[in-house]
Amino acid sequence: MSQRIPVTELTPDFRGRAEEALADGQLRNNFRVAMDSLMTKRANAFPDADEREGLRELGNRLKAGALSRLPDLLEQLEQKLTENGIKVHWAETVEEANDLVHGIIEARKGSQVVKGKSMVSEEMEMNDYLAERGIECLESDMGEYIVQLDNEKPSHIIMPAIHKNARQVSKLFHDKLGEPETEDVNQLIQIGRRTLRRKFMDADVGVSGVNFAIAETGTLLLVENEGNGRMSTTAPPVHIAVTGIEKVVPNLRDVVPLVSLLTRSALGQPITTYVNLISGPRKPDELDGPEEVHLVLLDNGRTGAFADAQMRQTLNCIRCGACMNHCPVYTRVGGHTYGEVYPGPIGKIITPHMAGLDKVPDHPSASSLCGACGEVCPVKIPIPELLQRLRQENVKDPEQPQQVKGGGAKYSRMERWIWRGWQMLNTRPALYRSFLWAATRFRALAPKKAGPWTENHSAPVPARRSLHDLAAQHLDQKGGRPS
Amino acid sequence: MTARANILGKLRNSLAGTTPRPDEFDEGQVTRPWRYAPEDRVTRLRSLMEAVHTEVHQCHSDSWPDLVTQLLNKRNLRNLLCAPGTDHGRALQAHFEATEQTIELLAYDKPVEAWKEELFWNVDASLTGTLGGIAATGTVVLWPDRHEPRLMSLVPPVHIALLKASEIHDNLYDMMVSQDWAAGLPTNVLLVSGPSKTADIEQVLAYGAHGPRELIVLVLEDL
Repeated sequence: MSQRIPVTELTPDFRGRAEEALADGQLRNNFRVAMDSLMTKRANAFPDADEREGLRELGNRLKAGALSRLPDLLEQLEQKLTENGIKVHWAETVEEANDLVHGIIEARKGSQVVKGKSMVSEEMEMNDYLAERGIECLESDMGEYIVQLDNEKPSHIIMPAIHKNARQVSKLFHDKLGEPETEDVNQLIQIGRRTLRRKFMDADVGVSGVNFAIAETGTLLLVENEGNGRMSTTAPPVHIAVTGIEKVVPNLRDVVPLVSLLTRSALGQPITTYVNLISGPRKPDELDGPEEVHLVLLDNGRTGAFADAQMRQTLNCIRCGACMNHCPVYTRVGGHTYGEVYPGPIGKIITPHMAGLDKVPDHPSASSLCGACGEVCPVKIPIPELLQRLRQENVKDPEQPQQVKGGGAKYSRMERWIWRGWQMLNTRPALYRSFLWAATRFRALAPKKAGPWTENHSAPVPARRSLHDLAAQHLDQKGGRPS
Repeated sequence: MTARANILGKLRNSLAGTTPRPDEFDEGQVTRPWRYAPEDRVTRLRSLMEAVHTEVHQCHSDSWPDLVTQLLNKRNLRNLLCAPGTDHGRALQAHFEATEQTIELLAYDKPVEAWKEELFWNVDASLTGTLGGIAATGTVVLWPDRHEPRLMSLVPPVHIALLKASEIHDNLYDMMVSQDWAAGLPTNVLLVSGPSKTADIEQVLAYGAHGPRELIVLVLEDL
């Protein structure tokens, strides 16, 4: 009985979705209110600018240091986790990762899975994969649960259901769960609590992500506020954690600054309600905790980003979402417009390595390069610089070997030809002068239509006389040119 | 095994000719802004925890069992899960017997599978010890063990945590270094900084999402 969970159909391209989102007053209001509040909370969480900048610098150095010896750290992590009784699996693709997860569930004859919030599992589209194989995989984070119930995808990596208001959630719970309508957020949360508590108890397997994997001690660290992460990793007899290979840090003490950066940047909290450090399955003398703990390490394009020293900085990311909270484009178009797992500025620089730049050719240019994302990034990823790099990769000759997966999708022979001509014109003085002469004399022949530009603007017409010409005349009138 | 070899191979290939960066951890950055005079630690912890709806009481290290019974009675709770194998568990048991409490004391004395249904639906509150506290973030630290297993502080709707005032550290770094956590962690360590909460609907803060609706911290002054 395979049953694919339908995903809300979206307009197929970024531009079309952006236009729809911009015309949706409710959606824009939901995002504006939420992003304003998140920006204020972050600002309040860092009252001392020197402390903030010092901590960001440290965060950057720790992540850069970890990446500079990533393969060794992964091996150390694997060894320590194995010593602790946690089984480590490696997957190059999402298909391999899904297959591994499915295999572990099958071995336990499991049919019910509860999942704590995990963006890597979104990359894998694990819910759909398991549903097709007759396994129910239920989201347990309140936001993720709401989104799943409405057959949607998260619109924000920290606040998955931020695009919905209480009235919309109330209607959803009424339609899908038969609950009486209420706009009281407390009551809505209690409905979620009741429904999911039974699921935590009955689940055969719990799935979670990982915020930091500590190589020194063989520990998986998870942050959360709700307790669903603790439930998912503790109550079922099996816990499967899925994570990207970039989440490993060398030492336990490294998580002190990194967790502080993460929770303050994401939600403006000095710390989340729960920080959960898991270093092994239940020991023989213990009375609860999972009997098996597994970690699936996923590549999914990360080694591609790693191969380029500049793009490698993308892997500094600790998934706080501050870049999207501060992005003027994200705030206006919302997360679904991006059409990919990771929206906003971080999505624009990470998706090309996963899906290919040709799948998201409009993303690098859907930015005003205002620089806010780079300024707030807790690990100092130079996002605007990487966006400019991707713009270049986007127009490279597709015949040549590409440095970024799917590069060259926006290559245009015409555009390339025009720029060559422009270059020739501006580097040969004689040619330039004759062009100026012709352009001013035959200005009436200038084209009236210039592509999309003239849809909203009047066509540019060359001036009667060139600036060169006017300047020469001016100097002549003032009594001769300087020699 | 091929996925592992391919991933590590690609990473090594990309790093060919480079040297690892030195360890640039800066202890001052994570400790200097978070130093408190010993007498201010409780105040700091208390104000941060209260800001996220934690109920904090300071009491004498002998009188807390009485406070626990008051707290339970005020809420009309029928039972309390506590660990008879610990000092505080025994103290509470003795107090309950001496004062003939009607509140039932429960013990987590069998594997969770043997009483999951009861644990999830019929336990009103739990009481656990802590390894200490953290002033910088308003946090109590739990190292669950056989006596006080992992779910004990998570499943019951009310969690009461005992924290010795003398065991409140300035910051997390100090605590993990002074106790040498890196030398050996238990299967699960928890930093708890309030009752369970969520702001997933319209960013409106609601308490009691999936874990305890109420966290009560009893700060014991060793007088």
